[in-house]
Amino acid sequence: MSAPILAIDNLGFAWPRQAELLDIPTFRLERGESLFLKGPSGSGKTTLLGLIGGVQKAGRGSIRLLDRDLGSLSAGARDRFRVDHTGYIFQQFNLLPFLSVRENVGLPCHFSPLRAERARKRHGSTDAAAASLLEHLGLPPELFERRADALSIGQQQRVAAARALIGQPELVIADEPTSALDADSREVFLQLLFSECRAAGASLLFVSHDQSLAPLFDRSLSLAELNRATRAVEC
Amino acid sequence: MYLLRLALASLNNRRFTALLTVFAIALSVCLLLAVERVRNETRASFASTISGTDLVVGARSGSVNLLLYSVFRIGNATNNIRWDSYQRFAEHPRVAWAIPISLGDSHRGYRVMGTNTAYFEHYRYGRKQPLQLAEGRAFESDPFEVVLGAEVASALGYKLDDSIVLAHGVARVSLVQHDDKPFRVVGVLQRTGTPVDRTLHISLAGMEALHVDWQNGMPARGAGRVDAEQARALDLQPQQITAVLLGLNSKIATFTLQREINQYRGEPLLAILPGVALQELWSLMGTAEKALFVVSLFVVLTGLIGMLTAILTSLNERRREMAILRSVGARPWHIAALLIIEAFGLALAGTLLGLALLYIGIAIAQSPLQSLYGLYLPLAWPSAYEWGLLGAILLAALLMGSVPAWRAYRQSLADGLSIRL
Repeated sequence: MSAPILAIDNLGFAWPRQAELLDIPTFRLERGESLFLKGPSGSGKTTLLGLIGGVQKAGRGSIRLLDRDLGSLSAGARDRFRVDHTGYIFQQFNLLPFLSVRENVGLPCHFSPLRAERARKRHGSTDAAAASLLEHLGLPPELFERRADALSIGQQQRVAAARALIGQPELVIADEPTSALDADSREVFLQLLFSECRAAGASLLFVSHDQSLAPLFDRSLSLAELNRATRAVEC
Repeated sequence: MYLLRLALASLNNRRFTALLTVFAIALSVCLLLAVERVRNETRASFASTISGTDLVVGARSGSVNLLLYSVFRIGNATNNIRWDSYQRFAEHPRVAWAIPISLGDSHRGYRVMGTNTAYFEHYRYGRKQPLQLAEGRAFESDPFEVVLGAEVASALGYKLDDSIVLAHGVARVSLVQHDDKPFRVVGVLQRTGTPVDRTLHISLAGMEALHVDWQNGMPARGAGRVDAEQARALDLQPQQITAVLLGLNSKIATFTLQREINQYRGEPLLAILPGVALQELWSLMGTAEKALFVVSLFVVLTGLIGMLTAILTSLNERRREMAILRSVGARPWHIAALLIIEAFGLALAGTLLGLALLYIGIAIAQSPLQSLYGLYLPLAWPSAYEWGLLGAILLAALLMGSVPAWRAYRQSLADGLSIRL
């Protein structure tokens, strides 16, 4: 069995002058797997995503992304490593309102030569890659050159998904991407996201407090159970 | 470069504030350069008011005062020089030429100067340029002929052969008119950009004729009056004049002759070197001019601080923009660079617009300024000094831009990928 995309061992993290917020003995995300991580607000979810993204450095233990220990990289190298291998989708307002839809999708390619190269290899150009992803996510082509803030929230989230997927990063991290959508579009969005992740061979780490979505995923975990630090507080 | 594209797109998204900022900077840059140009041109035209004259001689008073009334036609002489003193120094072996000047009358706010033909021959201004007639001729034997400065002719609309009545005294509204002895315009001088443009030139004989029947500062009445025809027949040799401009055979003799005139026993006289007196006068006015420059520098500073404020206030509402950029791979120094580019771009646009405003302004104001104030502003390419000023403004903008850049850098490190709403 190949090494997992993401491996966390014995992770501890505390903000300066505060009690330990995260204490995760072990966590694995396999290649191509979609994982639902239930995390109510205040459970250290944002901090964990920051650690996986390499914005913060772990206090102890290790986070290995694609078998690279993030703790061994410099801040600049972590930034580069993140954009090369991870795509992000946030709750809402994911897009730069003053750029066109297509430009928003192409953004990561301007900061990651690796993803630009992959997009070119597969589609000829980053523009073509963006168009193809947007089409797969069900966005009509006449919207591609519109300003991003001219789109509805649901459409904006699809654009954000396309941006997370461009240049085939190995990992897509979604932080409550559906909380601003109604129930129907939530399902549609998730199905599109699954199929695109599968097509790109990307693992999906999906963080949400909405337990009803959990059955749609390969596997589901609760951050509260995973994290010994919060259990200690609760007990 | 992609950062430039992002910075411009983001600015475009906030174009109303951005335009206002650019406009504030443009106005301040325009003001600074305009003050700078006016300053330089005033200084240059001031220094070129008179040249080639080695000594200016008048009744004893202050050197600046003498310079003011003899060259700039400002203020009045406290006393006159006797004609025989004039003759004595005009015929001095070291003197090449002498121009007598007699002042005291005016015409609609412009000064009238009595002189002789030596004036047209020897007077020099700017780079030793002689006076030239635009039309007509210099005054000759008839005492009632007048040669106009360029501005007098254009402002009052006089042409050759027009008849002019002079007024006694130099007040703009004069109660006593020399209306019994009108003058005929025989010539108009070319524009010089000096006080000559604002002067009416008549002969000493004409000046004498105007006042031949005057007693105790009042015109004679009734039988005592002398009309123009009678005046022509009289001996119009003046008894006194106001000042003399002297040109010497050799500059080396200047100080010797100056001392000789200052120690003249016949009457108290003062001889000054016009260059030295001009310097003195300029050092008086220079303070105001420097103050103006400093004020305009502060206006530029205000413009830049306005820009700084605009960028700093935008930072908070742009946290999301920064976090999105971070999540797609921008590193903190990218964010800092974006803000530096923004500050520099605003300042550059402001500077260019300011230059454009300056040139449009000069193009529009050039001829009114020249005719109203005798100030000629050239529509020239910026000088090395002006480029230096512009460069300094841009540099200051870069320095100021580093303040929000540093803040955004810290902010994006702290916020990471989380989007604060």
